[in-house]
Amino acid sequence: MTKHVVGTVAEIPPGGRKLVDVAGRSIGIFNLGGEFFALRNRCPHQGGALCEGPLGSCISSAGPGHYEMSRGGEILRCPWHGWEFDVRTGQSWFDPKGVRVKNYEVAVVAGKNLKPPAPDLVPGPYVAETYPVSIEQNYLVVEL
Amino acid sequence: MSTASLTRLVDCDIHNTITAEALMPYLPKKWQEYHREFGRRQLPGDFYPKAMPFASRTDTWPPTGGPPGSDLNFLRRQLLDAWPIDIGVLNTLITIRNQEREYDAAMATAANACQIAEWLEPEPRLRASLLVPFEDAPLAVAEIARHGSDRRFVQVLIPSRTSLPLGQRKYWPVLGAAAERGLPIGLHFGGWAGGFPISGAGWPAYYLEYHTGMSQTFQAQLISLICEGVFEEFPDLKIVFIEAGLGWIAPLLWRLDRSWKHLRAETPRLRLKPSEYFRRHFWLTTQPIEEPPEPAQFTAMLEHLGMNDHLLFSSDYPHWDFDSPDHALPSILPAGVRQAIRHDNACALYGLKTN
Repeated sequence: MTKHVVGTVAEIPPGGRKLVDVAGRSIGIFNLGGEFFALRNRCPHQGGALCEGPLGSCISSAGPGHYEMSRGGEILRCPWHGWEFDVRTGQSWFDPKGVRVKNYEVAVVAGKNLKPPAPDLVPGPYVAETYPVSIEQNYLVVEL
Repeated sequence: MSTASLTRLVDCDIHNTITAEALMPYLPKKWQEYHREFGRRQLPGDFYPKAMPFASRTDTWPPTGGPPGSDLNFLRRQLLDAWPIDIGVLNTLITIRNQEREYDAAMATAANACQIAEWLEPEPRLRASLLVPFEDAPLAVAEIARHGSDRRFVQVLIPSRTSLPLGQRKYWPVLGAAAERGLPIGLHFGGWAGGFPISGAGWPAYYLEYHTGMSQTFQAQLISLICEGVFEEFPDLKIVFIEAGLGWIAPLLWRLDRSWKHLRAETPRLRLKPSEYFRRHFWLTTQPIEEPPEPAQFTAMLEHLGMNDHLLFSSDYPHWDFDSPDHALPSILPAGVRQAIRHDNACALYGLKTN
């Protein structure tokens, strides 16, 4: 497991996302109300760029004419076939145990803690020492 | 079979979009004015609201601003170059809407001219399906005659929802003209169906019902074409079901064969079992491919069908139920079968040569 710096907290506002390439993988980083989540940008169905799809709600119904909307902005739909996934867990809506997209932990790390020595840290495009001004920022770190 | 040979690919269902603006220069002035002044009628009950705008993958809107499928360069980048597609067959969905017949015919003629100039000429990997005003046999036959010798048109396109079942004699001149020139009839899902619901039990409420009901339209056409004796009349006629699904066909043929044995005297012109006509005269594109829960069930489905040499890979780009060439055919299928479906069968049917 290696830690990769993928961006700053400031650049992904709540409801926003950022696509990054980490170790040859395309990964989507999502901000849900200040919490960060990372998903592999590849739908397990047919390989569509899942993390480029629209974010919506979870709609359920307890009976005719009844509709419950929950989890606004937390359900990701694949741009190809509309398969739905929970951004928080990577689980699919229709088969949460059987079908899921790979997800990754996202840690928020203060800039001062990213300074060497950090032998398990691979510098990404936001290597802290090249941006001395922003060293006070918080950075997003994905481990994979 | 080496893996390398599996890189050869023919995509038998690509939807290029010809917008009204793109069509205008190819319409005679009289019909340009008619089009502006009166326009095209709506399709009763046909267009259920779809989850995806323009029924397309959300990533297929070209940066140039037109609708999905309208920009050749973007289509090249997102489809032809993204996979090793040697040849792609265009099925542009300019629906013929049963207005003044000459207007229908002018729209088809203009769309075919546009396809030649703006799609087939600049992109040698593309072939196209010929649009015809199929509800008016003489006008449709004239359009087939106009282009019948241009081998870049590989088939005659008819939507699966005609106003009468396609085996009826009204359509015979069209079927015959295609057969005479060696052009299959490509029967693609869609059409206005003379105002009938897609279901045999009335109008459904949801697009999910409509989309699943697509195969019902093909079931009706399969039964009609065979029972009407079309293949006795036109022994060289070939029919390609495009976007019909595969899984329902074998059980339907079992039932049809069984009933035919009991009722044979009603249709004495049929010399063969219905399933024999089907296996001789019909081809099937793959998308949207069934996804049974167990891979072995997929294999069983193809075994029941027994038509591995008549299956044609199709992606349906840019539509939302697109099948990726990498994933449509499960790897449990032998490489030789996948090679046939991805490439060889289409080359044999349409007389294509890939490099």
